[in-house]
Amino acid sequence: MPGFHAGSRPGGSAAVVTVAGLRKTYANGLTALDDIELTIERGEIFALLGPNGAGKTTLINIICGIVTPSAGSVVADGHDIVRDYRAARSKIGLVPQELHTDTFESVWSTVTFSRGLFGRAPDPDHCARVLRDLSLWDRRDAKIMTLSGGMKRRVLIAKALAHEPTILFLDEPTAGVDVELRRDMWQLVRRLRDGGVTIILTTHYIEEAEEMADRVGVIHKGRLIVVEDKTLLMSKLGKRQLILHLQQPLAAIPAALSGYPLELADGGETLVLSFDAHSGESGIAALLKRLGELGIDFKDLHSSESSLEDIFVGLVSGRP
Amino acid sequence: MNMFAIRAIYRFEMARTFRTLMQSIAAPVLSTALYFVVFGAAIGARMGPVDGVSYGSFIVPGLTMLSILTESVSNASFGIYLPKWSGTIFELLSAPVSYVEVLIGYVGAAATKSVMLGVLILATARAFVPYEILHPVWMVVFLMLTAASFSLLGFIIGVWAGSFEQLQVVPLMILTPLTFLGGAFYSISMLPPLWQRITLFNPVVYLISGFRWSFYGTADVNVVASAAATLCFLALCILAVAWIFRTGYKLKN
Repeated sequence: MPGFHAGSRPGGSAAVVTVAGLRKTYANGLTALDDIELTIERGEIFALLGPNGAGKTTLINIICGIVTPSAGSVVADGHDIVRDYRAARSKIGLVPQELHTDTFESVWSTVTFSRGLFGRAPDPDHCARVLRDLSLWDRRDAKIMTLSGGMKRRVLIAKALAHEPTILFLDEPTAGVDVELRRDMWQLVRRLRDGGVTIILTTHYIEEAEEMADRVGVIHKGRLIVVEDKTLLMSKLGKRQLILHLQQPLAAIPAALSGYPLELADGGETLVLSFDAHSGESGIAALLKRLGELGIDFKDLHSSESSLEDIFVGLVSGRP
Repeated sequence: MNMFAIRAIYRFEMARTFRTLMQSIAAPVLSTALYFVVFGAAIGARMGPVDGVSYGSFIVPGLTMLSILTESVSNASFGIYLPKWSGTIFELLSAPVSYVEVLIGYVGAAATKSVMLGVLILATARAFVPYEILHPVWMVVFLMLTAASFSLLGFIIGVWAGSFEQLQVVPLMILTPLTFLGGAFYSISMLPPLWQRITLFNPVVYLISGFRWSFYGTADVNVVASAAATLCFLALCILAVAWIFRTGYKLKN
């Protein structure tokens, strides 16, 4: 896509994850990822967006070592994930999309197990701190099967943080959780980032990416179609609209207004002017003056701006 | 070597055993004890000695081996199948552990449980029938080799299985018949000549024969052949596991 590349942010910090030429074709012939180039910067929150089946989870699973790539390379915190998998994986924590937990284990035992599995010496103080941060301390002796879905999600995060990773993948971290818990999760993610952890999250909630992400990547049909600073993306691809509610409905847009990008809506009672959010010249002033000259009065007006969701839908539907 | 990971997996698996003591330990010990009561103390008293050993004593090594084989396979297959089934396998696959470390953790725990069980069964057998152990070192060697080999086989089955039913197919439909027909309850010299030759294709014959030799000094097949067959089986299982890990068969992708 002109104007966009999957590189690092100008003036950004050092890369912590570098993906180069990554491809994944499954045995059934499905190409889940096609030539992915991506750089994640240290200390950022990167949101990976995409519709179901776009390749988000496959990308994460390859970086984490769960799926074998067909081609390409990934370097995590300076370590190749294949040649130097021990060092690479010890830096990475993963919170999977599904609530996969050791049902019969206690919260404490499953978290300490994760720490050991990732090669770290026992550190009860650290595990206790993680559980307290996630409001799980009071339930540390509870069997996981007795916890609610939201609590299980927290347990998965605690397990991922048990070995003190510097890179944390959150695959749909707030899927199926209530609004309050979602807000708690967002706060937690920000605290982790403030503590130096790089966060890569996938989400279906565009609001989540809009709220939290520093940069956004959109993956569609296995291809990374855009990677951009969130604010810049919204500025570049966002649309603004001026909506005028007319005193008298119009049957058609007068020929004298043909030079403006106008549309009629609500049976001719609403006139809509669309323009690029980053455009220096919106044409609003000239339009209002021209409407006055033509005697077209309006009783109300307001403006709106595209959300990240509008941009995302436009990108994946080929209507940027 | 990621010793912390090995320890974590091993302790996790052992904790599962101690959480289910009735199923993991008590049930197999009880069922084997029933064999000793029925075939050893009751029916065995009316049977003549086999290879110079009373029938009750004769079946001790075979029954112990029967439990070790089935429990090794069951423990190891369940140990790796459970995270596959529940989805927690993602954590193992994303951890900085080598396949050897994974194997030491899972198979080590399964083999430990089997050896514990074997010792318990032998102790229980002492209450019902007399027996001796002429070659205790070899007895321990056969016990550990068998536990390790069949725990590896169980690991392979656990990786291969796509359902709980498949998990049970190999132990119930293949291993148990092979063990029953492998000389657990009789000496193969008691079979007609043709069946004696056919029986030699049953790998369990070599395990039971070698194990029984360590008790009484008599064997259906040469003890060196038994040891060689056990080691060959162990090597085959290691090769199969290495292939699984190299290709990611049923674990990745």
